[in-house]
Amino acid sequence: MIPEIGQLCLVIALMLALVLATVPLWGTVTHQYRLMAMSRSLAFGQFSFLFIALICLAYSFVQNDFTVSYVVAHSNSNLPVWYRISAVWGGHEGSLLLWITILGGWTAAVAKFSRALPIDMVARVLSVMGMISIGLILFTVLTSNPFVRFEHFPDFPINGRDLNPLLQDIGLIIHPPILYMGYVGFSVAFAFAIAGLLSGQLDSAWARWSRPWTVIAWAFLTVGIALGSWWAYYELGWGGWWFWDPVENASLLPWLAGTALIHSLAVTEKRSVFKAWTVLLAITAFSLSLLGTFLVRSGVLTSVHSFASDPSRGLFILALLLVVVGGSFLLFAVRATALKGEGHYELVSREVFLMINNLLFVVATFIVLLGTLFPLISEVLGLGKVSIGAPYFNIVFVPVALVTMMFLGVGNLVRWKRHDPKLLFKPLWKWIGLSVLLGVLAPLLVESDYEVGVAIAMSLVAWVVLTSLSDVYKKMSSSKQGLWHGYQRLSRSYRGMVLAHIGLAVTAAGITATSMYSVEKDVRLSEGEAVVVSGYSFYFKGIDEVAGPNYRASRGHILVTKNGDLVANLWPEKRAYDVQASMMTEAAISGNVFRDLYVALGEPIGDNSWAIRVYVKPMMRWVWGGAFLMALGGVLAISDKRYRFKKMPLQGAH
Amino acid sequence: MSAKIRRLVFGIPLMLFIALAIMFVFAIGADTSLLPSQRLGKPFPPFSLTLLQDEQRFITEKDVAGEPALLNVWATWCPTCLYEHSTLNTLATEGVIIYGLNYKDERVDAQGYLARNGNPYRFNIFDENGDLGLDLGVYGAPETYVLDADGYIQYRHVGELTLTVWRDILEPKMSALKAVPIPLNSAEAI
Repeated sequence: MIPEIGQLCLVIALMLALVLATVPLWGTVTHQYRLMAMSRSLAFGQFSFLFIALICLAYSFVQNDFTVSYVVAHSNSNLPVWYRISAVWGGHEGSLLLWITILGGWTAAVAKFSRALPIDMVARVLSVMGMISIGLILFTVLTSNPFVRFEHFPDFPINGRDLNPLLQDIGLIIHPPILYMGYVGFSVAFAFAIAGLLSGQLDSAWARWSRPWTVIAWAFLTVGIALGSWWAYYELGWGGWWFWDPVENASLLPWLAGTALIHSLAVTEKRSVFKAWTVLLAITAFSLSLLGTFLVRSGVLTSVHSFASDPSRGLFILALLLVVVGGSFLLFAVRATALKGEGHYELVSREVFLMINNLLFVVATFIVLLGTLFPLISEVLGLGKVSIGAPYFNIVFVPVALVTMMFLGVGNLVRWKRHDPKLLFKPLWKWIGLSVLLGVLAPLLVESDYEVGVAIAMSLVAWVVLTSLSDVYKKMSSSKQGLWHGYQRLSRSYRGMVLAHIGLAVTAAGITATSMYSVEKDVRLSEGEAVVVSGYSFYFKGIDEVAGPNYRASRGHILVTKNGDLVANLWPEKRAYDVQASMMTEAAISGNVFRDLYVALGEPIGDNSWAIRVYVKPMMRWVWGGAFLMALGGVLAISDKRYRFKKMPLQGAH
Repeated sequence: MSAKIRRLVFGIPLMLFIALAIMFVFAIGADTSLLPSQRLGKPFPPFSLTLLQDEQRFITEKDVAGEPALLNVWATWCPTCLYEHSTLNTLATEGVIIYGLNYKDERVDAQGYLARNGNPYRFNIFDENGDLGLDLGVYGAPETYVLDADGYIQYRHVGELTLTVWRDILEPKMSALKAVPIPLNSAEAI
């Protein structure tokens, strides 16, 4: 009964989306207030029904309802209950339901927090989101219904095939929802862009409405990508944290375009220029989200994360992609030609440096897009089959990232409109000198061969941090009532920006240190033996057998000491999952700000001996820590006064 | 900019997208699990490469002939390969002969990978530069080929090898190869 209710809710949500996509829009054409105002209630209604559908599926999982095919394929009665809940998005159908529920959630959020916006703008934005919703709910209902009963119903299996062991992990409980919040969140920026194109209103006010939505989606996406990387790091069992896998790239692409977009939106809000460009980026960011969805689910590229591929699903998403993206670009081609920038700026100005930032991010997006699609392109063009891997991305992507950091430093210090080049470059020299000095000294801190690459990267890290902080100091000291007062006067959006930029530097420092100085060893250890890696002694105490809820495991015990002091007890596991008959390596990690100690169990070799992989990875946490700082910066920025959704007079009422 | 040029510039995203979409239409239509016809049913391309586990010993295409077998293309940089590794281990315990082609990889990394995750392969060809991969037309790891007793390529599967793929596609092909004592291509010689 419950699955049927879920399915019914999906269909009702589809009906509401149909009305949402048409009636309010008709209201904007005929200027009927009542029709436009309907959009809000429709948005709430749509979200409620989608949410109930999601709850129905979760309920089927919790109750072990093995009459539902999707539950059979992704769960088992021995699976712990929290994994049964996260199994809701452990496969294609359920994760798609999560996708559309989150889309409904964003739509409802726009309806709720847009009281200060003109009603016709609200109606257009919500209608556009309703159109996207129609496409994706249809996709779910027609090709990927998670509520379908087992094929031989009323006969059904007494137990399920279990969730893929790789997904039985805390990282996979939280990673997909957060990532989808980011992915799907760009639909709001997209809807604002389309609404702006439709109405012709693309001014500072438009950018100010659209900006907080874009930044919050971007923050979610940033955290989502970091969580995915963290999961791959400890769950795939070999210590890598980024593989340039098509699905990872699919999440990176909208992030890169989205990063360009939040910078371009800043210019459009402040200076009323770059309008067409901003609109184009908003369309592109969401299009890349959809493209990611297409790549993961159509089977045109293979990847560790990809869902079971099915050509009919691929064709459906492709058609959806054609309508949404093609339609938007067509609208852009027709309507954006009329847009004109209002502000003026000179060659040395913040506008120009943000333009350079945008170009670099667009180049980076193209690099990743090209690398991801290259196997497809070369095959279609008949150039033969070429596989492209991490080496391509590292060679091409890293220089672009470094150049971006270089311009970021200057951009920090340059003023809007115009900045006298003489006044700009003179004070820069001391920061350039200091950054290079710090960068050149950095590799000397490590006992290994001098790495020029580290010196270059660390110089740029220092450069970003120093220029950011020097600007903060300059702004603080401009207050006559002292530095503290000057600090309090800094707007939240400014503080958020500085925090995000420092986050970028932290991530860059982490990537540099961990890729250049990680030490890894594959060793054979017998009980009672120890191996020394980077000054840490790893002592193998022994192995015991433990039983989990749905697996058996060999669990090693390794004592890590440094100079005779105990540093950590590590318990790496080798798990054999009963139902799926698969082996999983659960690495044991002890991490702090300076280094990660990482131990993974291999195979037993002879009596009491095991193959063991030991890593010492310096500054590993910085990679993700920086991403969290970036996201935090984004959240701080949109808490700024000028983005408050409620109207001011309410505050005076207390 | 004149109005005409402006309109043209603003149409660029649309044109780029259309080109991309056309490509996807072809990509969906094309069955990537099929080898270009020139390789299917042809002998294994000649090669002389070292064993992964022994850099002194060279092997050739003659070593993969003898019995129907699978040839699995893998690498340590390929996450999907790890994903399908348990399937390969299962098949190996069931007695399926699997040869490995370690593709564009580092020898030490690959040896460590097998030590950690189990070794389902009868032996591994170490194809550091991807030369053999190129001759085979490898699209990207992982790929799995079905070879007959004469070392002729009979089928190619691109992407993750799951137990379902094995049961539904590869196993029937393997049993068919075993059932015919005299392979079709050598029948003419008799």
